[in-house]
Amino acid sequence: MPGLPISYSFRNLWTRRLTTVLTASGMALVVFVFAAILMLSEGLRKTLVETGSYENVVVIRRGSTSEVMSGVTRLQASIVETQPEAAIGEDGQTLLAKELVVLIALPKRDTNALSNVVIRGIGASSLALRPQVKLVEGRMPKSGLSEIVAGRSIAERFKGGGIGETLRFAMRDWRVVGIFDAGNTGFNSEIWGDADQLMQAFRRTVYSSVIFKLRDPSEFETVKQRIDSDPRLTLDVKRENRYYAEQSERMARFLRILGTALTIIFSLGAVIGAMITMYSAVATRTGEIGTMRALGFKKISILGAFIVEALFLGLIGGCFGLFLASFLQLFTISTLNFQTFSELAFSFTLTPGIVWKGLGFSLIMGFVGGVLPAVRASRMNIVESLRAV
Amino acid sequence: MYILKLLLRNAFRHKLRTALTILSITIAILAFGLLRTFIGSWYAGVKASSANRLVTRNAISLIFSLPISYKDKIRQIDGVKEISYGNWFAGVYKDEKNFFANYAIEARNYMKLYPEFIVPPDQKEMFLRDRKGCVAGRKLIEQYHWRIGDIIALKSAVYPGTWEFVLRGIYHGRDESTDERVFFFHWDYLNEWLRKTAPRRADQVGWYIVEVADPNRAAEVAQAIDKTFKNSLAETLTETEKAFFLSFISMADAIIVAIQLVSFVVIVIIVAVAANTMAMTARERIGEYAIFKTLGFRGWRIAGMIVGESLLITMIGCLIGIAFTPPAAKEFSKLVGTYFPTFRVEIETIYMDLGAAVLVGLSAAIIPIWRALKIRIADGLRRIG
Repeated sequence: MPGLPISYSFRNLWTRRLTTVLTASGMALVVFVFAAILMLSEGLRKTLVETGSYENVVVIRRGSTSEVMSGVTRLQASIVETQPEAAIGEDGQTLLAKELVVLIALPKRDTNALSNVVIRGIGASSLALRPQVKLVEGRMPKSGLSEIVAGRSIAERFKGGGIGETLRFAMRDWRVVGIFDAGNTGFNSEIWGDADQLMQAFRRTVYSSVIFKLRDPSEFETVKQRIDSDPRLTLDVKRENRYYAEQSERMARFLRILGTALTIIFSLGAVIGAMITMYSAVATRTGEIGTMRALGFKKISILGAFIVEALFLGLIGGCFGLFLASFLQLFTISTLNFQTFSELAFSFTLTPGIVWKGLGFSLIMGFVGGVLPAVRASRMNIVESLRAV
Repeated sequence: MYILKLLLRNAFRHKLRTALTILSITIAILAFGLLRTFIGSWYAGVKASSANRLVTRNAISLIFSLPISYKDKIRQIDGVKEISYGNWFAGVYKDEKNFFANYAIEARNYMKLYPEFIVPPDQKEMFLRDRKGCVAGRKLIEQYHWRIGDIIALKSAVYPGTWEFVLRGIYHGRDESTDERVFFFHWDYLNEWLRKTAPRRADQVGWYIVEVADPNRAAEVAQAIDKTFKNSLAETLTETEKAFFLSFISMADAIIVAIQLVSFVVIVIIVAVAANTMAMTARERIGEYAIFKTLGFRGWRIAGMIVGESLLITMIGCLIGIAFTPPAAKEFSKLVGTYFPTFRVEIETIYMDLGAAVLVGLSAAIIPIWRALKIRIADGLRRIG
């Protein structure tokens, strides 16, 4: 005898719509939270991956964990500049920038609350080193003038960040002459100005970092070894993508722990919800199950039918949860990165992988919730269950 | 009494279903309580702050320092009682994972300004006499099994090199909200080294802690301090300690808002589960409700029975959840304690737990009540199972 048709399981869910909707919406919310956290981690990861380049090298003071804490003297920077592994640009200059990175507290447009923003003093090659950064409005600052360009996210969210506006810090007024768009990268939350002007204004005598492009990405180890073994240079050499990944390691770990803990706890609740529904589905259909068994359907068919029903339930929840979660892509989270104490903006990113994970997760919840009730249904004694009608 | 017995009997007619519902409510309340506690721990610094302490820092941002010469200028300002200062050391003990706050501070006044850090007098004396000495909080000592006299080495990300300190004192928190995971040592020790190796960075402090004589004049004193240094190379920003902590939290508010939202999502999930249970119960008992109606019971009686049963189930789950929240919080704080110094279940959290449970119980009963009231007696009696 063939198994029970799939439509049997589906129709059962339809018959008891209210219960199905309640159970599925419980699961939908769990899948929503699950997907939201995955999307957040993915957004963070994407931002960081795109911020750093594999071909670029960041040099900061040994022991410092970020550019903000670092200090590279002019002498050290000049020594790094002479490394033969640095690529040469079209104009014959090395693709190397000696940069200054400091934090300034700026008020937000909507709340007026202060938030730390990275301000980066750039050199002539800084823009060439970061092809992901594109000027979308205005022009780049001229060297020797108190001019700055702001990342798109700064221009939108911070007071005085828009083009033509001025920001006051370090006893000077700085005119915003351009807006740059750096896609999904962390540079979007930065302000750039001429390094020499900024060092002057902030009374800094040292650079924060030196960034250069490798003429051949595989030469990283060579240059790292040379700089490490030079007694004049107490500097750390890192690939740019690795540097940015380390910058938010703590943030990523925080999201991961929080996400896992929440998902586990919430899914327990939803699985129990599914279990209640399925147990009652079995209990109210005792007579029906007895009849089917009497008709000759095998235990395994009954088991299968109820598991399929639970899987359907999970799937409905999963689809609905993912549907809700897909709207999150419209939002951008901007928060403080505890490691660098600066603003970091990233958005929820939905990838096919997350969709599959979400659906898989909802099916697992349905299965776990349905398996015990299904076993009970399949084990029912034919005579006794027929009597229950 | 007899009504409670009826409710209990009703609630446990389907033992498995009720037990599962209670279990899921317990889990949800537990999750809700932990999330609330988690949010609360962000605000621990705010709670522990004192109304008569001001924090003066560089107006540009925290990474810029202030000259030590400001100390005497601030002290001269009317309303200032005491002043101390410190630097953020950003030291790491052995490994990045071992994260705790560590400051270089001017010790004598600092300990006066923070009476909630209780150090035994003999240990205090030893600490003040030893320039390489340091004091650590009780929780840190317990975590790393340090003893008085131990040499503790920290690597700093801001000041190059490995620094050695001798543990001279252990402090206990006066209040429950006091952070017992702070490590501090003498500012002079840091400064002397800077004078030798990086003279440009010496004689700089990260922040001043100012005690005002009268908390009511805090705002006025803060303004006076900032005015003194207006248009100087290092302009200051002075806030009350509370505002200082709040400004930190507001920078991370997106995350806090997200966690807050999630804590409500868990309540909604549980409403769905509880409502489902109650809907099933009501469906099975439609016949009984019809009989009740035939016997002359009014609609509100039946509604009362459903609400009562729903509340009974959610309350049992809630109470179990509340009972498990403190031990669970303790376990959780072992996991993330390095980031959150105080992780304590507050009484407000428990009130919120109870409120959430009542809300769940009431909203779960809405659909069943509507169904029970709507049913006509004849239809109800006709229905089987």
